[in-house]
Amino acid sequence: MGRTLETRPHYHFKPWNVGRWVLWGLFAVVLTVAPLLWSSGFALTMLSQMGIAIIACLAYNILLGQGGMLSFGHAVYTGLGSFLAIHTLNMVADGRLALPVSLIPLAGAAGGLFFAALLGYVTTKKAGTTFAMITLGIGELVWSMSLMIPEFFGGEGGISGNRVVGAPVLGISFGPQLQVYYLIAVYCFISTALMFALTRTPLGRMLNAVRDNPERVEFVGYNTQRVRYIAFMISGLFSGIAGGLAAINFELVTAEVVGAGRSGAYLLFVFLGGATFFFGPIIGAVLMVVALVLLSELTQAWLLYLGLVFVFMVMYAPGGISSLIMMNLRVAAFGKLRPLLGSYLALVGTAATILVGAGAMIEMVYHLQLNEALGPELQFMGATLNARGFDSWFGAGFVLLVGVSLFELVRRQFARQWGITQEEIEREIKRREAAL
Amino acid sequence: MDQLLINVLNGVSAGLLLFMLSSGLTLIFSMMGVLNFAHASFYMLGAYFAYSLARAVGFWPALVLAPLLVGVLGALFERTALRRVHKFGHVPELLITFGLSFVILELVKLVWGLSSMNFPPPELLQGPAFTVMQSDAHGLGLAWGAAPADRCTSTADAVMHCSTFPATRFFMMVMALFMLVSLWLLLTRTRIGLVIQAALTHPEAVEALGHNVPRVFMLVFGSGCALAALAGVIGGVTFVTEPSMATIVGSIIFVVVVVGGMGSLAGAFVASILIGLLQTLPLTVDKSLVHLAGNLGWAVAPGDLAYPLMKITLAQAAPILPYLLLVLILIFRPKGLLGTREG
Amino acid sequence: MSDTTRTAEFAVELRDVRKSFGKTEIIRGANLAVRPGERVAIIGPNGAGKSTLFNLISGRFGSSSGDILLHGQKIDGLKPYEITRKGLARSFQVSNLFTRLTVFENLRCAVLWSLGYKYSFWKFLADAHDANDRAEELLEMLKLDKRRDVQAMNLTYAEQRALEIGITIAGGAGVILLDEPTAGMSRSETARFVNLIRDVTAGKTLLTVEHDMGVVFGLADKIAVLVYGEVIAFDTPERVRANARVQEAYLGSVLADQQAEAGQAAHGRAAGH
Repeated sequence: MGRTLETRPHYHFKPWNVGRWVLWGLFAVVLTVAPLLWSSGFALTMLSQMGIAIIACLAYNILLGQGGMLSFGHAVYTGLGSFLAIHTLNMVADGRLALPVSLIPLAGAAGGLFFAALLGYVTTKKAGTTFAMITLGIGELVWSMSLMIPEFFGGEGGISGNRVVGAPVLGISFGPQLQVYYLIAVYCFISTALMFALTRTPLGRMLNAVRDNPERVEFVGYNTQRVRYIAFMISGLFSGIAGGLAAINFELVTAEVVGAGRSGAYLLFVFLGGATFFFGPIIGAVLMVVALVLLSELTQAWLLYLGLVFVFMVMYAPGGISSLIMMNLRVAAFGKLRPLLGSYLALVGTAATILVGAGAMIEMVYHLQLNEALGPELQFMGATLNARGFDSWFGAGFVLLVGVSLFELVRRQFARQWGITQEEIEREIKRREAAL
Repeated sequence: MDQLLINVLNGVSAGLLLFMLSSGLTLIFSMMGVLNFAHASFYMLGAYFAYSLARAVGFWPALVLAPLLVGVLGALFERTALRRVHKFGHVPELLITFGLSFVILELVKLVWGLSSMNFPPPELLQGPAFTVMQSDAHGLGLAWGAAPADRCTSTADAVMHCSTFPATRFFMMVMALFMLVSLWLLLTRTRIGLVIQAALTHPEAVEALGHNVPRVFMLVFGSGCALAALAGVIGGVTFVTEPSMATIVGSIIFVVVVVGGMGSLAGAFVASILIGLLQTLPLTVDKSLVHLAGNLGWAVAPGDLAYPLMKITLAQAAPILPYLLLVLILIFRPKGLLGTREG
Repeated sequence: MSDTTRTAEFAVELRDVRKSFGKTEIIRGANLAVRPGERVAIIGPNGAGKSTLFNLISGRFGSSSGDILLHGQKIDGLKPYEITRKGLARSFQVSNLFTRLTVFENLRCAVLWSLGYKYSFWKFLADAHDANDRAEELLEMLKLDKRRDVQAMNLTYAEQRALEIGITIAGGAGVILLDEPTAGMSRSETARFVNLIRDVTAGKTLLTVEHDMGVVFGLADKIAVLVYGEVIAFDTPERVRANARVQEAYLGSVLADQQAEAGQAAHGRAAGH
């Protein structure tokens, strides 16, 4: 049992991992084909924002999901990346710098990396809750400073730029949104691939080890703080890319890009998408854009709904949507999904009832608050409610109560069924192990 | 001189308000390991509840009822939501309180609206508590309530100056000190206080001794929220009652607990006063690093590289000073000023 | 780990090491000199400070005073990872695993530094043949190959203890500290485990904290007796058994423990460690 390894001939049979190629191929195809399927200007802006959000959320999850570091100030790095990128863009426009617009996001990357290196040293000195508080403090620090240094942050109006600079190369001027989308798509694909690759490197694995047991990491020879610091910088780099792309996309960067609201959004949606699986933040990013752009149009109470969904997710599904998908895929792989479908349907049905009841009440309150002048009546899901009428309130309350009670009943039934299914699966696994 | 005195008192009173908040936060953290992100939201709830209650039953009953109501809500939250998340670890606990802060903010905006509420202080607390008078003739003097006009207006022969200290702030200091003393007495002199002190460092041992630790947790969480709400009532009348009051004070109290040392009540006290002063005193200093450089004989002009940073006056920089202190503490004394337990 | 020169006479040396927690002095001048290749069991009554001693040697805590030397180099005050890199590894009384990683991953993480991979993010783990092979080797040694892809938190208690040892020896450290490796195991499990430990630590310097005297005699050439933070005897098992001071301290405390167990005394002695 000496330290020297016996050198054995390495016959490493690596069959082409078809699954992996299919997935990445699919990802590339989706990125390429999406704007052709949804080609309206509105859809194009949403797709562009999704591409940017995917990079930012994946970068955030390097910290949260892979490193166990909860940051409340992630927007600092995407935002500062944006500011550096737009200043660089303006320098290109002025002729002070010769850099193709397609490489501007790398200026953002440099910005993100620089500030992550600067602020990360202090931030990663502590872990856990203290780390979270430090990121909060530094987020507030940068936000407050943004109002004090108008030269860099542009004050109230922010810094604007023009992405159409220089002569078009191969007909690409980045004027039309479609061209910007494809630029974003390329960066998105490459960044996603690189961040995925990180999870398969020694640093990536040790980062997971730090998440699981920071103390033991020290006893296998690694400096835990160093691992965190390097991961922090890598996360900052990719955040900067996202920020740079945003600068190009919107041609305007205001102080709110480093604000607490944006940091909170990253946290909320990455968690919603699921921090435990690599693709979780991708789901979260898509949801984020959909919520911020579409949901906010649907109802004024959208932030409240979002908050409530988040709280329930933390309580009942802390692994997020991606973990729910994976758990059900596992159940399906063992052929036990069919019996659960009935319960799922019931859950959805009762949850929808709760939503209708609560939604009606919330909308009525909002209506009273904000739309007094329009009279007490409002439209809700095709029905007319009277915000001052007892009937409407009683009806909504009744629906809510019924929904809650039924939901609780169905939930218990489901939990029992789920437990039984899990046991059956465990037994099956043991049986297969023994048969080996 | 009188202005300086009042400024210091302003700083100290702001610090004591911060302490009212951070002490509850520290107690909850020390005991349960969960940092209540929604602590400032309970502060806000206290203000709003008191506002509505005061309109019905008057300020003084509201001062007692609002914190009780919020305390009950806090305990309820602990019982239903927080306890369930406890087994997932500290990160989910922090996340759920973060979600709660979000939900509370939206609910407050929903029920009371977006604009600030007119929450006037009661008769007794209106006007100045005392006035500091300064004049060449009489030197430094103190008068309860408002000072007579003839001591404040400068005349041809004597320069006179008066600065008032609002009664609401004075009340804030009194309440904070009262709370500090009661807390200290409770923790050191009563049985439940001893149990809490023990559970602060060894919750499992306390449970093994037969105490109902979950019930104690619920009690401590509810009390922490009630304290925050009490601070909210006072903050609401002294400052402004509006939806953004939670976010304004929220991040500062986290800085306080990290600077003071996570889990240390004494540290929270020292850090609160320090940060209260740090936020208030610089507001009167209109000098910047450019001025300082100028005094040292080194001119900095608008075109210079460092000018944008150096031209910021101390008064303008006041909001970020607590955060700068946070960064400095983290570099030079990561345990916090009086920290014992590792966060 | 680094190929530390073994020219020093002692692998591990403690010179008048003291440690106080607040006002309580736990280690009160411990002296020990272990030669390379020696296999030492550290025994002592409860509360003597055995785990504290391990924590001091491995760098988990800093000592209040005194010198701790590894192959003649002072290591007191160094960070745990610095000490580990110099060739000293320890296991924990309560399994300290990477909970969400698989057994294989746990072992691989433990070898990465010793094979020079450091903080690299430009190489793939799949291409780290030496690390992968070493981890596979360890899997077989620990008889955990059937559980290769199970997450550490889902292992049985005995499997976790085996993995715990595996992580400790994975890096190839020359000096191994095992803190109550067989704690909580049944008779048969313990016997199997002792054989495992003997195999994986062959040729290395071994220090074990143990309560089970069967394990002690199965593993150790020498015994160090720690009482109230001092090493009162360090010798072969027979001579230690015959040592009067040991008999008095250990036997005395053994008797007291038996009395407490019999439930005679209302005063319980603080069963710390």
